[in-house]
Amino acid sequence: MLEIRFHGRGGQGAVTSVELLALAAIEEGKFAQGFPSFGPERRGAPVLAFLRIDDHHIRLRCKIAQPDVVTILDPSLIRIQKPAADLKTNGIIVLNTNKSLAEARQEYGFKHTLALVDANHIAREVLGVLIVNTTMLGALIKATGVVKVDSLEHPLRERFGPMAAKNFAALKAAYEKTVVEEARP
Amino acid sequence: MAKRVGIEVSLAVSHAVQLARAEAIAAYPITPQTHIVEHLSSLVANGDLEAEFINVESEHSAISACIGTSAAGARTYTATSSQGLALMHEILFIASAMRFPIVMAVANRALSGPLSIWNDHSDIMGARDIGWIQVFVENGQEAFDHSIMAFKIAEHRRVLLPMIVNLDGFILSHVVEALEFADQDTVDRFLPSYSPWHHLDPKKPVTMGAFGMPEIFAEFKMKHQVTLMNSYDQIMKVWQEWGQLTGRDYHPVEHYKTEGAKVLLLTMGCLSEVAEIAVDELRSAGESVGLLKLRLWRPFPFAALREAINGAELVIVCDRALSVGGVGGPVLAEVRSVLYPMASRPKVLGYIIGLGGRDVPPEAFKEIFSQAQAEAEQEPSEEFYMYGVRG
Amino acid sequence: MTKPLEDFTWQEIELGGILREPGSARDYKVGDWKSQHPVWTKSHCIRCGICWTVCPEGAIIEEEGGYFDVNLDYCKGCGICARECVTGCISMVTEEE
Repeated sequence: MLEIRFHGRGGQGAVTSVELLALAAIEEGKFAQGFPSFGPERRGAPVLAFLRIDDHHIRLRCKIAQPDVVTILDPSLIRIQKPAADLKTNGIIVLNTNKSLAEARQEYGFKHTLALVDANHIAREVLGVLIVNTTMLGALIKATGVVKVDSLEHPLRERFGPMAAKNFAALKAAYEKTVVEEARP
Repeated sequence: MAKRVGIEVSLAVSHAVQLARAEAIAAYPITPQTHIVEHLSSLVANGDLEAEFINVESEHSAISACIGTSAAGARTYTATSSQGLALMHEILFIASAMRFPIVMAVANRALSGPLSIWNDHSDIMGARDIGWIQVFVENGQEAFDHSIMAFKIAEHRRVLLPMIVNLDGFILSHVVEALEFADQDTVDRFLPSYSPWHHLDPKKPVTMGAFGMPEIFAEFKMKHQVTLMNSYDQIMKVWQEWGQLTGRDYHPVEHYKTEGAKVLLLTMGCLSEVAEIAVDELRSAGESVGLLKLRLWRPFPFAALREAINGAELVIVCDRALSVGGVGGPVLAEVRSVLYPMASRPKVLGYIIGLGGRDVPPEAFKEIFSQAQAEAEQEPSEEFYMYGVRG
Repeated sequence: MTKPLEDFTWQEIELGGILREPGSARDYKVGDWKSQHPVWTKSHCIRCGICWTVCPEGAIIEEEGGYFDVNLDYCKGCGICARECVTGCISMVTEEE
């Protein structure tokens, strides 16, 4: 089973991200759970969203305590939420940043496998708005191979209708541009 | 043909109600039930479900309106949670006494205070005695299946009682997961349209909701009691029929790795599948342990539970609600009471767990298992135990 | 009511406690609740029917010629008819008299 945690802010679409990815995994015949951090919804507040993917029916109904992957939509959350603190040693950090790998490691002290993409830039260019949730899915898929890129097309269309094509383009652009570096313990 | 989909469980429940062709819905939104009725409301507004959606100003009015639409002969649905269920309370008794087959989802949530919107079973345990049929579900598939089956059970001529499908709030209601949808043809064949036994008709006037004088009240209640207990047979028939159609079998008390088990955990709702994981791990470590999952809460499955004990020495009941100042958890109280007349009965210990949204990982059950075994070897130190409470 | 309530067994209770016989409240003769009843002085009655309109029990009946009287089986003796009568032709008479 793969357990992924998204770090974002209320309104940035972290919950939408896990839902889309869960739907894509289910379309591939896998089993998945996508769910928010339960509670009142507060725009701008730091929020978590959770995703489990497995080849079998998933019986867990609790939070993800030790994720395999953390995806950080908004780097300003790193100091607040400390997303890497409970990440498995062989886990992966997927980060939205315009920093280089070396800069990011130095700035945040990350030792895990690190996947970086400037999602803000892609979102501005392709979508014309600074909403990076679908863009970051491309980075996550590049770093983990958890689903095929094409599996997102249908869930995106169902969710966004006429806006789906742009979101899919942003996702694919992020997939191309994401750089991944092995852990540096 | 059945179709495998990924969907938020709340929406799957709404879809089940759509497939069941509900004709009248009156509901008031309350977290974490909101998505169910929100989606039903849009299905009706978009013309995808031919039903009256009655907007009301409270849950008290919602269930009252449901009594009205059911009395008029419509297949009626509602959903609520927590404080909403509490606000319905007085009317819930009336709905069952008047024998209206309303189906209701309760997205189980704690009752305040302190103010909590998170999951536990204290809402429904406060409504134990309302005279409705009540089941608990463990996952999205079960929530979907039981939302359809409930109509068939409730509306049967020998039942005609309202029914609640309990699904855990948030940890089940708000999860996107994989499940299999039944198609409209299958549901139509399984569930014929509702033909009420009695309804309001100016051409055939009847009086509904008349006084029950002291000379007649107890006889009335006896009839309700016997009818609710007898609904068991119809519940079994409907579950079997659905099992034949879908391959998914449901039982009043479900067994997980109970063969030869000396210790049995007993759970309801979403706790059950988590407890299965703990049982798997304990079994691999050589422990003699199994799990009983209580699905049917009303009518209480007396015989099925006694049979399920099957020589076990210790039963550990995990309640997701606390009866403050009482015997611990409501499920503990009832299970102990049901097992008491058995010639060789097991020890029964109770743990309160997962209150107000407290996370319950599989490790919790493993810890409870070892604590309970130690307690059972001596005179238990407490009447019941509050698991994981600090201090 | 076919038989007294105390003779019903639980098996005989109608489903949902409904009453199938319309107008069964007619069996409840509330006339014995009253300590007084209305009496009309026909010579003063203008046959306006106000008494018939206001009677909360529907116990006032119109007679031939448009005059009114009361069905004593259902009159509770409230006196509203007498209070509202336009000409004051209704007087409330205590039961003993």
